[in-house]
Amino acid sequence: MKRRDFLKYTAPATVLPTLLGGFSVKAFGSTPLLQALSAAADNDHVLVMIQLTGGNDGLNMVIPLDKYAAYQSARTNIAIQEGKVLRLEGYTKAGLHPSMTGIQKLYNDGKVSIIQSVGYPSPNFSHFRATDIWLTGSDSNQVLTTGWAGRYLETQHPGFPNGYPNADNPDPLAVQIGSIVSPAFQGTDASMGIAITSATDFYNLIDGVLDPVPNTKAGKELEYIRLIAKQTNSYEQAIKKAAAKVTSQGDYPANNYLAAQLKIVARLVAGGLKTRLYMVSTGGFDTHASQAEAGDTSKGAHAKLLGGVSEAISAFMADLRGLKASRRVVGMTFSEFGRRIKSNGSMGTDHGAAAPMIVFGDYVMQGVLGNTPSIPDASSVNDNIPMQYDFRSVYASLLQQWFCVKPDELQTVLQKDYQQLPLISGVACGVITGIPDITPDEDKHLIINSPNPFTDRTTITYITGAGNTMVQIFDTMGRLVSVPVNKVHAPGTYTFTFDASYLPTGIYYARFQNGAVQQVRPMLKVR
Amino acid sequence: MDRRQFLTLSPARSAIAPKAARTTTGIAPYSGPWGKQQILHLLKRTMFGVSPADLATFSSMNMQQAVDTLLTVQPDPQPPVNNYGTDSTGVPLGATWVRAPKGDVDTENDRITSYKSWWIGQLINQPRSIHDKMVVFWHNHFVTETITVQDSRYLYQNYLTMHRHALGNFKALTKAITLDPAMLVYLNGYLNSKGAADENYARELHELFTVGKGPDSKYTEDDVKATARVLTGFRIDDANITSTFNTTQHDIENKQFSAFYSNKVISGKTGPAGATELDDLLNIIFAQPEVAKFICRKLYRFFVYYEIDAATEQNVIAPLADIFRSSGYDIKTTLNALFTSEHFFDPLNYACLIKSPVDFCVGVFREFNVQFPADYTTRYECWKVIHSTAAYMLQNLGDPPLVAGWDAYYQEPSFHELWINTDTLPKRNMLTDALISDRGFNFNMFIDPMAFAAQLPNPGNPVALISDSLDILYRIGVSDNLKTFLKDTILLTGQTQDYYWTNAWQLYVSNPNDMQARSDVHIRLQALYKYIMDLSEYQLS
Repeated sequence: MKRRDFLKYTAPATVLPTLLGGFSVKAFGSTPLLQALSAAADNDHVLVMIQLTGGNDGLNMVIPLDKYAAYQSARTNIAIQEGKVLRLEGYTKAGLHPSMTGIQKLYNDGKVSIIQSVGYPSPNFSHFRATDIWLTGSDSNQVLTTGWAGRYLETQHPGFPNGYPNADNPDPLAVQIGSIVSPAFQGTDASMGIAITSATDFYNLIDGVLDPVPNTKAGKELEYIRLIAKQTNSYEQAIKKAAAKVTSQGDYPANNYLAAQLKIVARLVAGGLKTRLYMVSTGGFDTHASQAEAGDTSKGAHAKLLGGVSEAISAFMADLRGLKASRRVVGMTFSEFGRRIKSNGSMGTDHGAAAPMIVFGDYVMQGVLGNTPSIPDASSVNDNIPMQYDFRSVYASLLQQWFCVKPDELQTVLQKDYQQLPLISGVACGVITGIPDITPDEDKHLIINSPNPFTDRTTITYITGAGNTMVQIFDTMGRLVSVPVNKVHAPGTYTFTFDASYLPTGIYYARFQNGAVQQVRPMLKVR
Repeated sequence: MDRRQFLTLSPARSAIAPKAARTTTGIAPYSGPWGKQQILHLLKRTMFGVSPADLATFSSMNMQQAVDTLLTVQPDPQPPVNNYGTDSTGVPLGATWVRAPKGDVDTENDRITSYKSWWIGQLINQPRSIHDKMVVFWHNHFVTETITVQDSRYLYQNYLTMHRHALGNFKALTKAITLDPAMLVYLNGYLNSKGAADENYARELHELFTVGKGPDSKYTEDDVKATARVLTGFRIDDANITSTFNTTQHDIENKQFSAFYSNKVISGKTGPAGATELDDLLNIIFAQPEVAKFICRKLYRFFVYYEIDAATEQNVIAPLADIFRSSGYDIKTTLNALFTSEHFFDPLNYACLIKSPVDFCVGVFREFNVQFPADYTTRYECWKVIHSTAAYMLQNLGDPPLVAGWDAYYQEPSFHELWINTDTLPKRNMLTDALISDRGFNFNMFIDPMAFAAQLPNPGNPVALISDSLDILYRIGVSDNLKTFLKDTILLTGQTQDYYWTNAWQLYVSNPNDMQARSDVHIRLQALYKYIMDLSEYQLS
């Protein structure tokens, strides 16, 4: 929106300053994450989390070119045409959906990491439950009521919200643009947001307005209470001040809900708000039907969604660059689950399991982590993409590499040790480390099994470096069947027998993990 | 609605605010539609919060039946008990202290805390009647403060006095309060002696308790002095927690009143008959038409709205005062006229009262049927913390700030807006946020949103769930935009199909002990009700 329009559409000065371009801004309090950020040498890093609500069809977002035939045969009615898949520089095994030219360019500019098959053991296929799992960082059989970011923030800011804001922490610690406070920011005692910036300050995103005040006594009282609510927003001044410093921004695509939210984020970041965590979201990804057009599968509903995300992120990065704030920002996309390998008869896909995540930023390491998903030759409706990386590893990696959080603090937040994935350049936290080549060559088998297919038993062989080594066995629903190996090894080659005589026939995945390295081996049990 | 429309409303807060629409309705009996809206309006004003069960009970009644039910006099309560342990006069745990000897300083503090906690418990467990709210009304009118009275037994007796007369006769109540030991202490009545009459109570009797100090109230300083002399000699019988009359301390001279009181004279009486001068005094005062008007205005401000314009004064206050006066100051008759009037049920008078802190705090516990612990000592602790919460929001039940009561009920020009400021509004949100959270409020008190939703007609349908919830929790209507937002963004957490909620709810109902099924609906209902209670609309009654 042009500045002139913005000013025209702002009411007199008493209007909530959090009415930025029509969005309410929910300010959170200081979370432990933010504390750690401050502690780490004036770290002004920002993480922008982009939630794709509904379950994004990852297999059509990052298309496996090295398994194209199997891919095409599994979802013929919606498979993206091979020639239209966007190529990534220096990488041939997979490419992007044709509508994601913005992300392609960012990747080729060296600013994107794509993480393949992010999920968790025994995934849940229900929107509600799966969303909660991603936001709280829980195991799938565990119910947590605090958010992963909330827990982090409160280990760093015990006693919040008492005493906030203060001289050292004048700005909100986390900000959600547009909606209610995400459960991701929920702490034990409070949302790591200010109690007063609860829904009283919320302006309905659809219209950017509160319900109008009727011309009655009740309306008069309502108006009075809202006025008080505005005044009690302690962070209002801070947000207003930051927003006022940015008087022009780059172009953002019109009619793009995500872009509008990101535009506000860019403005606050560039305006100097010390807020470190932002959450934005966009929906419509529950594409059970008609996700692609019959005549041209590169077009259709899913294409529009992905195109919107790509353009929004692209505009956001360009704007940040123009505002000289791009080095401070890392963004990530996530969704509550991916979708089924095999498409359905309605030209859509049903709920699935693991899916790729996109992480972007100036300091993000260019690359694709993991292999293309394993696709059965004759896939059935029961087949799901097995996880290669646990989503909590992504959180752990961002916390440690971008926010410079210590490993023991990570344990408190995420409850377990998770793999560190090389997402951020070591320069970010002032730590230069050698980045291991964690995605092994396809022909270098770190884990194999023989015989394959097998009837009752199969011998699994793995090659590990030093350190903790884990082998997990998943079924096609992603259910964790067993963990035959999980201990510290000396480097070498090891074997064990996997007894599947009690299990039904079908595909199983043996996932090998050693440090930052992982590999998934598909195994087939037959009669 | 589009942005432009919103912005054209903003000027309402500019220098010259357009006045809210006026009404000229009076106290003619209401004959308009009788349904959910009217029932909720009536209950929200006369009770502390309205639960789905309350609504269900009244839904089968017509207007008169509902009002009759609400005006039903309640029996004496079960008194507070020792919940605090050591008692300096030996009252055991669980036994009542209300007629025990006065305790030492610590015991009296414990008993007064016990009393305040117990009072909140009375409100939480109130019957479906206006009776308990009337006690609070009278407490705000005939103010005493525990911090001044400092005698737990007098304070409980004071409560009993108000309770027994709350829906009875105002003149009788005034007499009872004049002789109430707590009041005798509070306004020095028990020190009032001939030769040096103490005017404290005398002044308040006119200024605050009967004729008020409006433009039509013209009592004089001489009236105050005369009244003080009438009231000389009353003392407290500490053993029986009642008043006595000390004839030797009574001024037996005649007392002359002003033209405002028709120049009446009270003949001084000697001996025990001197005590009956109080009756003469009250006859004189209550003959003054302004008494009925003053009390009716107070009732109006407490139950309808703070603003009394010329139309309301003429169409509502005056005729209501006539009824009050001609009934011999019968409170129930007058309330009946008010609560069955077209003015009371005028839609322009809906949703415009800001909930007092006690209304707000007690209301949320009642509306959501928050469960209290089984053992009484912990229950008292729960009630105590609720009492403190309301006190931090500026309404300390048992201790109004001064003899005029809480300023929300009388202070021009803001009146009930004084309940809401940059300090108290966040506290209201903090209470409801805590109650709806997983951790809950103190002593593990929490809202079970599934139990609430289950009482609604169709909780599996997200549209109906939200609509029915808003009907009960709000008095002011909200737009379809907001309802859609509540459904799509909160209940469906960004999903686009209503059946996701329906499936989740049905799965929970079939498997209430399944942790994941429960969590799915719990998280979303928590977010929904939290949001609803955090909006400014929830502050209105």
